[in-house]
Amino acid sequence: MIPLVKRMVIPSNLKAAREAEDKLLAAVCRCGFKEASTFAVKLALEEGLNNAIKHGNGYDASKTIEISFDVDEKHATITITDQGEGFDPGILPDPTADENLEKPCGRGIMLMRAYMDEVCYNERGNQVRLVKHNT
Amino acid sequence: MQDETQRLTVIRDADVTIVELTDRKILDEINISQIGDQLGALVGGGTIAPQSEAGTDEDGYRVSQAPAKAGPLKLVLDFASVSHMSSSALGMLITLQKRIRESKGGLRLCNIQTTIYEVFVITRLNEIFQICQTREEAVASLRGWKA
Repeated sequence: MIPLVKRMVIPSNLKAAREAEDKLLAAVCRCGFKEASTFAVKLALEEGLNNAIKHGNGYDASKTIEISFDVDEKHATITITDQGEGFDPGILPDPTADENLEKPCGRGIMLMRAYMDEVCYNERGNQVRLVKHNT
Repeated sequence: MQDETQRLTVIRDADVTIVELTDRKILDEINISQIGDQLGALVGGGTIAPQSEAGTDEDGYRVSQAPAKAGPLKLVLDFASVSHMSSSALGMLITLQKRIRESKGGLRLCNIQTTIYEVFVITRLNEIFQICQTREEAVASLRGWKA
């Protein structure tokens, strides 16, 4: 099968993110991703896009999010880039530490890392690359 | 007595309130606000949904507009139809539990599918929520329960 590579630019709102998510998940399904791998991609997409909208672009309607997506039968690679200033993912508190367990926020990146095979940020911290193998 | 709402079904069973999350995607990011409003109305004190605009507390959650009015609530959340989970949904559940605790009520989660339960384990939230296998078990554990 020819790898499906797509690029989308969406506005910074949840409705646009949902539409993009649905398109990407449909592509994953067409490529025969297993249920567990599809669950992981959906979770990571939602967390990544939510972070880009909320923390990256700060819900700024004048800013956009770029999504590139490469999927075949064996793997899915998703890159999400926002227009924010970026952040340092290395200094985030551990949400599973006892003192953070009852905090309502701060689990998105941890969940992406738990479910995806690769989660890498660029140096600026405004772009995340997510890879999931179809295993 | 059964009360149908848009995103969830509320069933009263004596002093226990059961909430069925009826939409498979109910805990998707885009629906969190609505479900948070409805759960907040049940427990009192305004919405428990994460906020998408201004008016948030330090954790990014909506500042409650209404004073807590509800009495102690014994609440069972039934996840039988839920096939997706997000960090925002987890945050909303934490806020819900906190609100219920403050009013001396009790919360039980039940019928959580294996894939969703794994999210609770990874985040260690299975240690702070009381999770029951079945609705009957959840209701029974609250029926004789006092704060």
